[in-house]
Amino acid sequence: MKILTCPVNGPRPLQEFQYGGELREMPDPDQANDSGWADYVFHRSGEPAIKREWWYHLPSGTWFVAERDNRLDEIVRTYLYDANREIGK
Amino acid sequence: MPYRLLRFALQSKYSEPRMFRSPERLQDEYDVVIIGGGGHGLAAAYYLAHEHNITNVAVLEKGYLGGGGTGRNTAIVRSNYLTPEGARFYQASLELFQDLSRQLDYNLFYSERGHFTLAHSPASLRTQRWRAEVNKQLGIDSEMVDTAFIQRKIPEIDITCGGHQAPIYGALYHPPGAIARHDAVAWAYARGADQRGVEIHQQTAVTDIEVRDGKVAGVHTDKGFVKTRKVLSAVAGWTTHITDMVGIRTPLVIHPLQAMVSEPLKPWLDHIVVSASLHLYVSQSSRGELVAGGSLDPYELISSRSTLEFAEGLGGHMLDLFPCLGDIKVLRQWAGLCDMTPDFSPVMGTTPIGGFYIDAGWGTWGFKATPISGNTMAWTVARDQDHELIEVFKLSRFTDFALVGEKGAASVGH
Repeated sequence: MKILTCPVNGPRPLQEFQYGGELREMPDPDQANDSGWADYVFHRSGEPAIKREWWYHLPSGTWFVAERDNRLDEIVRTYLYDANREIGK
Repeated sequence: MPYRLLRFALQSKYSEPRMFRSPERLQDEYDVVIIGGGGHGLAAAYYLAHEHNITNVAVLEKGYLGGGGTGRNTAIVRSNYLTPEGARFYQASLELFQDLSRQLDYNLFYSERGHFTLAHSPASLRTQRWRAEVNKQLGIDSEMVDTAFIQRKIPEIDITCGGHQAPIYGALYHPPGAIARHDAVAWAYARGADQRGVEIHQQTAVTDIEVRDGKVAGVHTDKGFVKTRKVLSAVAGWTTHITDMVGIRTPLVIHPLQAMVSEPLKPWLDHIVVSASLHLYVSQSSRGELVAGGSLDPYELISSRSTLEFAEGLGGHMLDLFPCLGDIKVLRQWAGLCDMTPDFSPVMGTTPIGGFYIDAGWGTWGFKATPISGNTMAWTVARDQDHELIEVFKLSRFTDFALVGEKGAASVGH
């Protein structure tokens, strides 16, 4: 992967981006018990997959979502975060 | 020598004794199955047989021995860690290493070099002072040194970093820091285990783990099913693949770590030099190659591909420290998979599944721990109880919020 497509600025070299980790749903802090909260804070799914991840375009300050195959290192697609769209996925 | 070579031409069978046997087929049942034929798994097999008299053991390796993290690290051994728990653990490993060539009757090229961790800011001087004091409390040879000392020990180093980077303020100096032939560590443990009855099965992949009533019942492999009550997973970068089989959640995230070696040079660099700010560690091997590694790749990836960006970045930073290397060529580069934990400490010991033991979370700090992790995991597997040195590293620390923060001492580039 050398080029990443920012949903706002188009295809840009990878050096302009920063990885922000997997996109995960945060449980309600007031409702979650200790083990549920610990699971959210620490545990990850480490297996090869196409994952939804946070990426940040440094020059323009844009956070967006990329679906990436973390074994082949290939981007499937990128788009701006939309809370309504992410829920239930 | 020519006559010795001639024997190979004249005989139909390979005429040298092999390091260990290659059993034709798996037995129906083993007392312990170890997944992963790297240094850690083979060391555990050796100590199970040598110290606990458990010899009906199979080591299952998907590829070849020592082909994962064991053969891809930069072979540095040290114990100048930040937390008392970590420093004590790695010091026990270093002490095992110092006598290991003799114990295993195999030359591991263990070479004490002295280990410098360079500080490029007052802030890193403070962390290093902290480490030095923790180390001294535990009897570990570790001290702060000034730039004059560094320059005297390593005349080729440029203390100013050519003005391209922040200059060197001082360093944490750890005289017992050493390098070893990493492949030989795996082979020597394999031979020692084999001599005591352990079976080593290469080209044997584990496809599933049979769990009944919360306890391990056996292991499915691509060569059939074997019954066992105890399984040790020692597969570092592939751990999540195994833990998924038994349904255990882990905090492990896999990043590649890249390294490279230069063409061989006459001996000039006696010491091991580490700079966290420059994302660099370098030593000269007994073959004369400069062995250098960098920081983790910046995003999660389950692949051991190499990149030009890494070679350029690391090469540039090596020139900042050692301008004399301007004409030296890179011979080869490679990557290994690092199973990173949030606190930069390993994950070891018993798990919620009865008879399933884990030796993982070895990120960028696994090679130096090979003897002690094998030793303590063998103890743990034999008694079904966590060894006292590794109690703090158990998997449940992530649900008990009891982390062992080792980030300041375990790797570079953060």
